[in-house]
Formats: sequence, structure tokens, C-alpha cells
Amino acid sequence: MSANIAMVALVGVLFAAGVYLLLERSLTRVLIGVILIGNGANTMFVVASGPAGGAPIVGLTPVGDMSDPLPQAMVLTAIVITLGVTAFLLAMAYRAWQLHQHDDVQDDVEDALIRRRAELDEASSSFDDSAGGTLDEEGADEDNGDSASVGSGQSHGGMS
Amino acid sequence: MNIEALVPLPVVLPLFGAGLALALGRSARAQRGVSIVVLSLVVAVAAVLLVRADNDGPQVMHVGGWNAPIGISLVADRLSALMVLVSAIVALGVLVYSLGQGVVEYGRDTPLSVFHPTFLVLVAGVSNAFLSGDLFNLYVGFEILLAASYVLLTLGGTGARIRAGTTYVIVSLASSIIFLSAIALTYAATGTVNLAHLASRFDELPGGIRLTIQLTLLTAFAIKAAVFPLSAWLPDSYPTAPAPVTAVFAGLLTKVGVYAIMRTQTLLFPGSELSDLLMWAALLTMLVGILGAVAQSDIKRMLSFTLVSHIGYMVFGVAVASDAGLSGAIYYVVHHIVIQTNLFLVAGMIERRGGSTSLDRLGGLARLSPILAVMFFVPAMNLAGIPPFSGFLGKIALMQAGVDNGTALAYGLVIGSVVTSLLTLYAMAKAWNRAFWQGPDTQVPIDDIHQVDGLDEVPDGTRVTDLHRKPVQTAERPSARARRSIPLRWMLAGPAGALLGVSLAMTIFAGPLFGLTDRAAVDLRERSPYIEAVFEGSGP
Repeated sequence: MSANIAMVALVGVLFAAGVYLLLERSLTRVLIGVILIGNGANTMFVVASGPAGGAPIVGLTPVGDMSDPLPQAMVLTAIVITLGVTAFLLAMAYRAWQLHQHDDVQDDVEDALIRRRAELDEASSSFDDSAGGTLDEEGADEDNGDSASVGSGQSHGGMS
Repeated sequence: MNIEALVPLPVVLPLFGAGLALALGRSARAQRGVSIVVLSLVVAVAAVLLVRADNDGPQVMHVGGWNAPIGISLVADRLSALMVLVSAIVALGVLVYSLGQGVVEYGRDTPLSVFHPTFLVLVAGVSNAFLSGDLFNLYVGFEILLAASYVLLTLGGTGARIRAGTTYVIVSLASSIIFLSAIALTYAATGTVNLAHLASRFDELPGGIRLTIQLTLLTAFAIKAAVFPLSAWLPDSYPTAPAPVTAVFAGLLTKVGVYAIMRTQTLLFPGSELSDLLMWAALLTMLVGILGAVAQSDIKRMLSFTLVSHIGYMVFGVAVASDAGLSGAIYYVVHHIVIQTNLFLVAGMIERRGGSTSLDRLGGLARLSPILAVMFFVPAMNLAGIPPFSGFLGKIALMQAGVDNGTALAYGLVIGSVVTSLLTLYAMAKAWNRAFWQGPDTQVPIDDIHQVDGLDEVPDGTRVTDLHRKPVQTAERPSARARRSIPLRWMLAGPAGALLGVSLAMTIFAGPLFGLTDRAAVDLRERSPYIEAVFEGSGP
């Protein structure tokens, strides 16, 4: 099977740009990255389907000239799935913005907790049973305490 | 009626039920009825399928009447049918539990109308992934269950859940795209996506291309199964969800990934040269996971880390790839689905009773609620692998397979699994001691609102779902608690107790169950029963 080199290069570019955006902090950029990689994967299916041909309808195109319909069906499915997930991610980015006035991907709670302990030069809470300190969302809250309080106030005010 | 017609039902019934439940969104009672009836039917269908698959070989349904390489086939062989049955039982238990929690915590008529449809869609996705005989359909099954899990994980849209959900969604999306790319590569290399057809076509491929596709698929599945270097997302995202949601995720979602690894490794890449890599991954998953669990002071997070750790046992069995190893792995998957779900359900009850899941705030629960104490103690010991429970039997089977394998790495894994088992026991004993055994710590205010992140309200003013984080009952007033919740608490204790019963039954009937998993493992290794069943009468 011979593949169109321009298409293959396009797949590479889409993946590279998508991965770069996926590593960003902002959820909106991550979303664009996901869309780019998704399109890269879809293009890969088109490459996989071989050279272009006529519509695969018996009687309309000679069998030898037909393009392969199966990858196109798969791409169609993948596009629909990507559409749904994109909508969900957009909603989540909007909700994050409502809560925090930004849509940055936040740190692991544990990460924040360990960092706080390191700053205070404390041992882990499991090190000594009598030590206080619990693992809850405190770590995350402290990290962006000011914006979180604004966010919760807003969510109580609420939209309809 | 043809018995094969039953094969698509575990997928179709929950999807139909989801639509119906969504249409009945205004009536909580009707939604409950639909969900329970549908899931009970799925359990019954799966049981019939398992019996048929065990007696008559794999049951195959060619969807739409298109035969194998062209159409999509759904295959219920011993492994698939067993997984569908266990997942349906667990899903039913969790659903009943969530009803109890809903009744207790947001009043009789105010559950979120979206919960039931989404839960049913999740079950449909899981069943589809288990039954799929087609790589692309497997991807669709993954996407169905993932889309449902996104919604369930972020129910209510509170700050903590959006934070955890963001990580979860992005990681899942990355794995989905890797999987999709692997399918594109597979199709480019072989011209088919039917698993049975691929089994023969892959044998003809050059080794390099085969290895590339295998590694891409393994990466995608390892993210979903939370195998070590790709497992960091799990302990961060699962604990923030409501207790029943965490329970069903812990029980089912990672196991779908393990199932996919098992299926592709045995059917598509038998005798793979990646066994050593998988063994290293298994060893590191076990050890790193359990060390994380030891360091935790919150029951839900600790359980999430043990979940990661015990995935290592299953990967161990797949990596050994002998009949005994696969049989042990299948038994362990079944055991772990039940036991991990059970523990998370009990953690939800602890949270409700004690007001928290933090070990620093809990104490004295054994005196307050002896039944709860037993319900935690038995599965915890089972998870740690104390004889005579099913966890012990599964681990022994895997270790025997490792010893039979005889390589230095396999012996290292046997030692690693013993160490992991001991550390699990340590973590569980610590949780038991601090939550149940030691006296209540009066210095910490139990109803400290500060740790409750779930008190956000949704815009229309109704309380959101994670009120189980609210200190519903405090340890100081057992009488008031007992008076209010006696009839309701059985709706929580009932399903958890039923799952406990299932896990005990797996201990008592370990002989027949191991017989079944042995036969399933032989099927997996031979490959021919699966391939012949798919191509019966049509030919590749």
C-alpha cells in the first residue's frame, strides 16, 4: 500500500501541535489540543483506507475503483464521540471559570499537601498517629484560597 | 428463540433503560423501578449466557446479520460472560445502595434525575466492552463508559469534583486517542478490526509492526487499568465522587482495562516478547501502589491506592501467560471487583456514621456500630489475603503460577506480591485500629465544617449529591442517630452485606469457580474456540 506523504505529514503536525497544547495549564487550550489530536487520528484513518476512489456503491462505481468505506464509518463515529466530549469539556471549563475565575488544571490535593508540609518542615500525618492534619481539600483550597471563596460566593448567588 | 439473541441484551437493555429513565426524569420512583428491573434482567441474562458459554462454547451474535469479518460480532465466551455477570451483580448492588443513600440524604423525592440514566449507560458501556469481538466496537464501549463516568464523577459540579474531574477527563481522553490511533495503525497494517480475524492476520505481520501496535494498545489499556507508570490519575480523582460512584468505578472501570489487556495479549499477541515488561510493570504497580496506601490517612484515598496496587496482581497473571497464571488472574479480577466495591460501599457507610473518612477524625466506631465494624473487617482481611478468604486463594493461585514459571523475575514477583499482601494488611489494620478500635477522639470536633467541600449548592437551591460528606451523625449522640436511621440504614447495609455474601460464596465455592476460570484460561490460550465460534459457517 502506498500512502500519501502529505497526509502522513499532516498527521504528524496535528499530533505534535495537539500534544504541545495538551501540556498547557488552561483547560481551553487542552481542549483545542484534544481536538487537534483527534483530527490527527481521524486523518490517520483516512491514510489507512488507502488511495482515494469512487463512492462505494455497487452499480455506480466499478469494484476496483471503490474507496474503502469502513475507515470512513469509523471516522464518522470518532468525530461524533469527539464532538460530545468536546461539549462536555467546554461545560467543565465554564464551570471551573464560574468557581475559580480561571480554568487552569489544578494540582493534585496530595501534591499541595506535601508541598505545604515541606514548607513547614513537618512529617507526614501517617508518620505519627497523634499528629494532626488531615488529607482533605484543604491543600487545594489554600493554594488558591482567595479565588475559591469568591467562587463559592458566586455559586450561591447562582444562575437559573 | 435462538439463544444467541441474548448476547446483545446486556448492552441493549441498559441503553433502553437509560432512555426510559431519562424520559421518566420527573418521577424518582419510576426511575428507581426502571433501573432495578433492567439491572436484574441483565444479571439474569448474563447468568444464562455464562451457563451456555460454559456448556456449549462461545455464543456469538453477528449484529445486523452481517457475518464476521464484515459486520460487528458480539462474543460471549467464558471470560466475557463471567465478567458481564460479575459486573452486573456489582452494578445492581451499588444501585440499591445509592437508592438507600439517596433516601437518607436528600429526601424521598429529590435525587438528581440524571443519575439513573447515566448509571445505566455506564453499565451498557462496560457490558459492550466485555462482549465486543471487534476492536473498534471495544473503543466505542470504552467511550460509552467513559462519557458516563465523566458525568458521574462531576455530579453537582462542586469545586473539588471539577478539580478531580478535569484530571480524569484529560487523562482518559489521552488514552482514548492513543487507542484510536492504535486502531488506525491496525487497520492500515491488516485491513480488519475484527478480533478473531486479527488473530490470524497479526501472525503474518513483520515483528516490528506487530510490536508497535502491541505497545500502542498496551499503553492505552494500561492507562485505563491504572498500571504503574500510568496510574497517578486514579487515587487523585476517585475519592471525591459520591460513595456509590467511587465504588462502581473502583469495581468496574479499571477491570475493563485489565480485561482488554488480557484479551488482546492472549488472542492477538500470544507468546509475546513483552512478558518481562509486563512483569516489571506488575511488580512496580503492586509496590508503588501499596506504599502510597500506607502513607494515607483517609480511608477512601487509601482504598484507591490499594486498588492501584492490586491491579498489579492481575497484570502479573497475564504476564506469566500460562494456563495457571491466566486462571489465577481471572479469579483475582472477579474477586477484586466484588471486594473493592464492597470496601468502598462500607467506606461510604463509615463516612455517614462517623461524619468523615479521615482516620484522624474517626474513632470508636466498633462500639458505636458493631455490624459496620464486621462489615469493614471481613472484606479488609479478604483484600489483604488472609486465609481462608477468596483473596488468599487468588493470591496463592498467582504465586503458584509464578513459581511454575521459574524465572528470576517471576520469583521476584512472588516475593513482591507477598510483601504487597503484608503491607495491605498493615494499611487495613491501621485503618481498623484508628477508625474502629481506638476510643473516640473528643478533641477533634467531628462536625467540623471546614473539611466538607460538598456544601456548594446548585443554582436552583437544592443540595447537591455529595452530602455524604456532611457529618450526618455525630459520635456523641448514638441514640438520636439510631432512632432516625434504623429502617434506612438497611438499604445501605443490605447491598454491602450482599456483596460480602458474594465474596464469601466465592470462597466457599472456590472449587467450581476455579474450574470455570481454568476452562476460560485454556480457551484463551488455545484461541481456536473463540476464532472458530466467530467464523462458524462463514469462514475468514
